This record gives sequence, C-alpha cells and structure tokens, in this order.
Amino acid sequence: MSATRRLQKELLKLQEHLPPGISLVQADNFETWLMDIKVLDDNPLYRGDTYRLKFHFSSSYPIEAPEVTFITSPTTPKIPMHPHVYSNGIICLDLLDRQGWSPVHNVESVCMSLQSMLTGNEKNERPPGDADFVKSNRRRPRDISFYFHDEKV
Amino acid sequence: MDSDDEFHSGQSSDDFMIDDDSDTGLPEDDSDIDEVDIGFESQEKITKPGRKSYEVEFKVYSPQDIQSYQDKQIDEVSTILGQPPEITAILLRHMRWNKERLIEQYMDAQEQMLENVGLDQDIAGPPRIETKKNFMCDICCDDQPGLETFAMKCGHRFCVPCYKHYLSRKIKEEGEAARIRCPGEDCNRIVDSKSLDLLVATDLKERYQELLTRTYVDDKENLKWCPAPNCVYAVDCGVKQRDLLKIVPTVHCDCGHNFCFGCTLTDHQPAPCALVRKWLKKCEDDSETANWISANTKECPKCRSTIEKNGGCNHMTCRKCRHEFCWMCMGVWSEHGTSWYSCNRYEEKSGSDARDAQAKSRQSLERYLHYYNRYANHEQSAKLDKDIYIKTEKKMSQLQNSSGMSWIEVQFLEEASRALQQCRQTLKWTYAFAFYLARNNQTEIFEDNQKDLEMAVENLSEMFEKPVDQLAKLKVDMLDKTTYCNKRRVILLSDTADNLKAGKWEFNVELTG
Ligand SMILES: [Zn+2]
Ligand SMILES: [Zn+2]
Ligand SMILES: [Zn+2]
Ligand SMILES: [Zn+2]
Ligand SMILES: [Zn+2]
Ligand SMILES: [Zn+2]
Repeated sequence: MSATRRLQKELLKLQEHLPPGISLVQADNFETWLMDIKVLDDNPLYRGDTYRLKFHFSSSYPIEAPEVTFITSPTTPKIPMHPHVYSNGIICLDLLDRQGWSPVHNVESVCMSLQSMLTGNEKNERPPGDADFVKSNRRRPRDISFYFHDEKV
Repeated sequence: MDSDDEFHSGQSSDDFMIDDDSDTGLPEDDSDIDEVDIGFESQEKITKPGRKSYEVEFKVYSPQDIQSYQDKQIDEVSTILGQPPEITAILLRHMRWNKERLIEQYMDAQEQMLENVGLDQDIAGPPRIETKKNFMCDICCDDQPGLETFAMKCGHRFCVPCYKHYLSRKIKEEGEAARIRCPGEDCNRIVDSKSLDLLVATDLKERYQELLTRTYVDDKENLKWCPAPNCVYAVDCGVKQRDLLKIVPTVHCDCGHNFCFGCTLTDHQPAPCALVRKWLKKCEDDSETANWISANTKECPKCRSTIEKNGGCNHMTCRKCRHEFCWMCMGVWSEHGTSWYSCNRYEEKSGSDARDAQAKSRQSLERYLHYYNRYANHEQSAKLDKDIYIKTEKKMSQLQNSSGMSWIEVQFLEEASRALQQCRQTLKWTYAFAFYLARNNQTEIFEDNQKDLEMAVENLSEMFEKPVDQLAKLKVDMLDKTTYCNKRRVILLSDTADNLKAGKWEFNVELTG
C-alpha cells in the first residue's frame, strides 16, 4: 500500500532529524502515531507546556488527509487554548480539511503548522459554541453530514 | 349550492381571463448585467396560449440537455476568446457562467484572469504522461526507474498512480469537479478536462461530467434541480427572487413532482414563499401546543363513542348513533355548505371577550389552532386518501379480473385520486395563507372559494369510501365530481394569484423577499 511506503519514508526522515520543539513519541504501526509539540517562543499561553498530537492515517494517506487531534496523557495533561481548538482536542484548521490538504504535506509539516498556529495566537479562548459542540459531537472530525428535510406529500 | 357556485366561478374566471392576455405578468426588467445571460432562454420562450394566471413558464431539462447547452456555450465563448474549449470551460466555471462578464474581464486583463485560475503559462501543447530519470514521487515516495509520471504546466510532477488516486478521490468521495486543483502544495492550477481525460477511468469520467453539470445548474439563477429524491431533471424558469412576493412559481417536473421554483419546497400555492417560511417556522415553534390535535381518533360529539378516521373524508358518520358531523369543526354535517355556516372561516371574537392579556393570548392561540388544525388535517387527509386509493386500486384489479372491466375503464379512479391529492395540497396552504390574511373586501371571496373547493373535495373524497362493488356504478358521478374539484381549484388559485400580482392582499405580517 502506498500509505505504508510513504509513512516508512517519513518515519526514517523523522528519526534522522526533527525540527525544534517537535518530537516523535510513538510510531510502531502505520495507522496511529503520537507526536509532541512545544511552543518555542515565550507565548504566556503555552509557556512550559507540551501538547500531544494523535495522527490517524487511512490507507489512502497521503491522498487523504490524516485525522489529527490533540489528546491528553499523564505527561501532557492539557489541550492547548486556541480559538480553533475545541476542548475535546478537535482541531479546525484548513490544512487538515479536504480543501486545504495537499498530498505533499506530511506529519512534519502538519506539526510545524500547528506549532506556528499556537505561536501566533494571543487569544485565551475556545471556538464559539465549544461547550455545545463537545457535548453533542459524536462524529469524526471530517465527517460533516448534510441532510435536507424533504416534504413529500 | 349550485347557483352560489356558478356565481363565483363566473366572476373569478372573468378576472383571470383578462389577465391572461398580458403575457407573463412579470416585470420585464432584465436590465442588470448579472441576469442578461440566462442560459438557454431565448429559443425556448414560447408563450403557452392557455396559461392560467397562477401558472409560470418553465421547461424541464434532462442531464443530456444541460450537457449540450453547456457545450454550446463553451464553443461560442471559445471562438470569441480564441482559447481552446477546455480552457474556456475553466474560465466560464470560474465566472459562474456569466459569459458577458467573462468576455469583458478577459478583454481587459487577460493575463490577470488566466493567472487567477492557474492558467497563466504557456497553454498550448497537450498534456502527456512521461517517464523521468531519477524521479521520486513526493506522494508515495516511489522511485523505481520507468515510473510513469504526470505534471500539468505548473510542473508539480507526481507518479501516475498517485495522480489517479488523487483525482478519483476528489471526484468520487469529495464530489469535486469544476475546481479540482493540482495536488502540489499551494498550487492553484485547476485540473483541466484534457488532463482528466488522460488520467481517469471511464466510469469516473461519467461521474465527473455529472458533477460539472451539477455546478453548472447550481451556478445559474434560472436553473434548479428537482428536489425529488433520485430525480435527475433540472427546471428552467425565469422567475427571480425579487418576484416572489408577487407570484408563487409552481413548476412540474417530468418525474411527477410539483415544486416551488422559488424555494424548492413542495407546491405551496396559493401562499407566497415568504408566508410559507413564516408558517413553517411558526408550526415548528408551536408544535408542542398543536400536538394534541394530531390524533386520528376523536369522540362523537353526540354519543361520545370513539371514532377513528380511516379515510380522507371529513364527513363522519358515527357507527353507533349514526350522527353525521364534520371532523374538522365537529359541527353537524347537514349544516355545512349552507349560507350561514362556515367551517373554514375563523370567527373573530368581539373585543369585549378579550380585554386582558391572558384572554388575548388565548384568543390568538385559538385563531392559530383554527388554521393549523385545518392545515394539518388536509395534509393528513391527503395521505389517507392515497392509502384508500392504493387499496382501491388493488380491489379494482381484482374486479377487472372477475367482471371483465378493462384497465381503461378503471382509470377514473386514478384521476379522482390525483385531483384529491392536488386539491388537498392547495387547501392545506390556503389555511396558512388565510392565517396571515388581514380582512379586506377580497377576503370574503377567498373564503367562499376556499369553502367551495373544500366541499367539492369532501364530496369526492367521500366516494372513495364506498364499497368497491358500487364504484363501477359511480363512475360517471365520480368523473363529474373530479372535474368539478379541478375547476374549483383553478378558480381559487386564479383569484389569489391575480390579487397577489395586483398587490390587493393585505397581510397581518411584514413580508420580505
Ligand atoms: Zn506516487
Ligand atoms: Zn501544480
Ligand atoms: Zn423531478
Ligand atoms: Zn416557494
Ligand atoms: Zn355517535
Ligand atoms: Zn366543519
């Protein structure tokens, strides 16, 4: 499968070299990887914290974007505060949706984009409607379903 | 009853006959640029001579029709711009099929425009599949020698299997067509149809064309998809958003579905779209209050035994005491249709009854329930009528076998059923319409028309409940009643449409387009 070969290459590259503030936590299969990111500058919102990202790859990766969410763990207890990050870890970033994703992006570039998204942020807030969304959402991040109410007689 | 009906029918048909001569009746101001180009208009505009004032001009198109109109426009513009058809198609889609504006902007700033859609470089030369030395695909990381690769003019080169996978995903899973971009990072180049032809399998090409047609229809104001599930037709109608306070543009798709071109809901004549929106919103908001009405069982007003409604007819006869009453108002049936009794009209209480706020709010709820009750009842009855028809249809085919009646001879039932459905659909919306109507000298005529149609419908509906062995004998009577129903419907719709066009209705709410 193309996903496997591509991920193998990515893994080799990540093991060789990682950009500052990004580390590989777990990649023992080609379905789910864990990465940690740190914000490097002195942004008071994120100072001293490490955040964990879970990458989930389908067999169509990288044609299809990976599913990327923030998760908590004993060593990374926080979901970063950001107007595009829901408190359940779901991220709303154009890079990760259908329109914005390009197959030439990779795990490293996603990590770097998220890192810089946090770096540039000054708002200590969640997306509007966070509480409702977190309470009601049972869908996977990219499954937006439409319905129309048809009025048959 | 007869003389009364004749009086109204004569008067109303005169009204709409006069208006019938005045063409479409719509304001003829297609002046602004946005609307000059309305697809395949000109050659199609035939004014149907017998058109009623509540009917609009429209045309139904198959996907093939739309495809060929699309191609025709592309060819036309292609000649003017001096660009190959596949480039022209991208530009037209980019400009949402506004060909005048495309030509104008293209003439003004050709380079800028081509750059905007990622067509800025040398655009001649056909796309090719090539093998390159020392190539590694950035998507799959494959670097085998002899690997087939593809790139558009932007130079973002990937292996053919990856390119194919990418395109098929976009088309199949994501439903994209007109604006699929190059897989390269931040590249705005749109994959043109020639490149697509080279890379995608035949079954996907069909899907791709389908999607292109879809965006073509979506991009045009005069075209709309029939909203019926699985229907593939589109309807072309010139009625604009701003006309919707003056006209209710019901169109009839070839699949049999009747819908409003303005809002794509199921036919809601005579109520204008804006009222329909308000009404549906109100019904949704007040659904709790109105729920108690919904049940299919009620008590006989005389002997209190439970009566179940199992047909669409509102003329109820209690099995136990033989009391005849109206399901809707629970009034005595024999009093229906006489001059002093009216089931359809809501009698406003005198001012003294409603002095304090609580009484006022109760009164407004009562008023709402009066109309809602009748609205919901016709909706429900239409369903029950249909059930009965389906049952009858089965029995009729049995009867055909046993008595030798021909298939043609039983068609009157189908016609009657269709008339019932349609008239109930109209009646249903007359109640939403009436709810928002402020009293003036037109309202009485409206209520009379409503009552006449309602009585006609109930009389026909009643016949469906007759035992099957009697139906054959009732054929002539049923045909007459069907014709009469249809006639009453035409009268009611013509009258409301004429007054709507002339701005003669007054509403108790503000209507905004
Ligand atoms: Zn590849
Ligand atoms: Zn490109
Ligand atoms: Zn249809
Ligand atoms: Zn409408
Ligand atoms: Zn009774
Ligand atoms: Zn009644």
